[in-house]
Amino acid sequence: MIPDLGKYTDTVLWSYAASIALLVGVVVATLWRGRKVRAELRRIEARMTGKGPGNA
Amino acid sequence: MSIWEYANPKKFLTTTERALPWLWALAIACLAVGLFWGFFLTPDDYRMGATVKIFYLHVPSALMAINAWLMMLVASLIWLIRRHHVSALAARAAAPVGATMTVIALVTGAIWGQPMWGTWWEWDPRLTSFLILFLFYLGYMALWAAIDNPDTAADLTSILCLVGSVFALLSRYAVNFWNQGLHQGASMSLDKKENVADVFWLPALVCIAGFLLLFVALVLYRTGTEIRARRIQALQTRERAAA
Repeated sequence: MIPDLGKYTDTVLWSYAASIALLVGVVVATLWRGRKVRAELRRIEARMTGKGPGNA
Repeated sequence: MSIWEYANPKKFLTTTERALPWLWALAIACLAVGLFWGFFLTPDDYRMGATVKIFYLHVPSALMAINAWLMMLVASLIWLIRRHHVSALAARAAAPVGATMTVIALVTGAIWGQPMWGTWWEWDPRLTSFLILFLFYLGYMALWAAIDNPDTAADLTSILCLVGSVFALLSRYAVNFWNQGLHQGASMSLDKKENVADVFWLPALVCIAGFLLLFVALVLYRTGTEIRARRIQALQTRERAAA
């Protein structure tokens, strides 16, 4: 399936692996922090409007 | 309707939440098609052999590394002139994405350079200015993290962004300015004679679109996160004051 890259197989595959890993890394870090901040904001807003678990 | 309406955080969040699923989908589709096309369906170059396939990662990431900084420059200028918080947060949100693009360009360049030039690194004008641009990205992010007052942080990082823009432009035109070093001139050009052959150009164009769309999606999402983080700070301050 992989095309014949000849003597440059390692060079090309390492470039793709490193780049895709970095792209996936920045996307995952972005989504992870986004979810964390969203959850924190919901928790604080619920507490301030008296709907949080501590105010039930 | 004016573009300044999006300086309102609520308007920004509602609009971007509608657009983001489309942007993510388009970015992934363009990247998948462009990289598949470039990797599997294009021939080897007569001089560079199979290493030409690195082109589809190296060129789009290098373009985005420079243009991310220029986007930060525009957002910083808007902050300095009009004091719109969303623009300062957008500049902050773009920095880690731009830094990642710069790392991809540097890493793929080094891996590509080894078999082509016989060295991983050379203090060539373009490579050196790209490394300095990466250091500016790191400095920019460190400055945001180091200052507690958000307005002061936005002011100082905006000034740093103005200074760093010299290196962003230099990294683009270094080859033309000095006309020396190992790195070749621009591969992508509107001039048909200078541009790479269509067989390489078309998949590269799809990859550039993919990188651009991914950058836009990431920056919009991250700006939303920064807006929410700022709201958390404000609510916590209000809570402390009320206690």
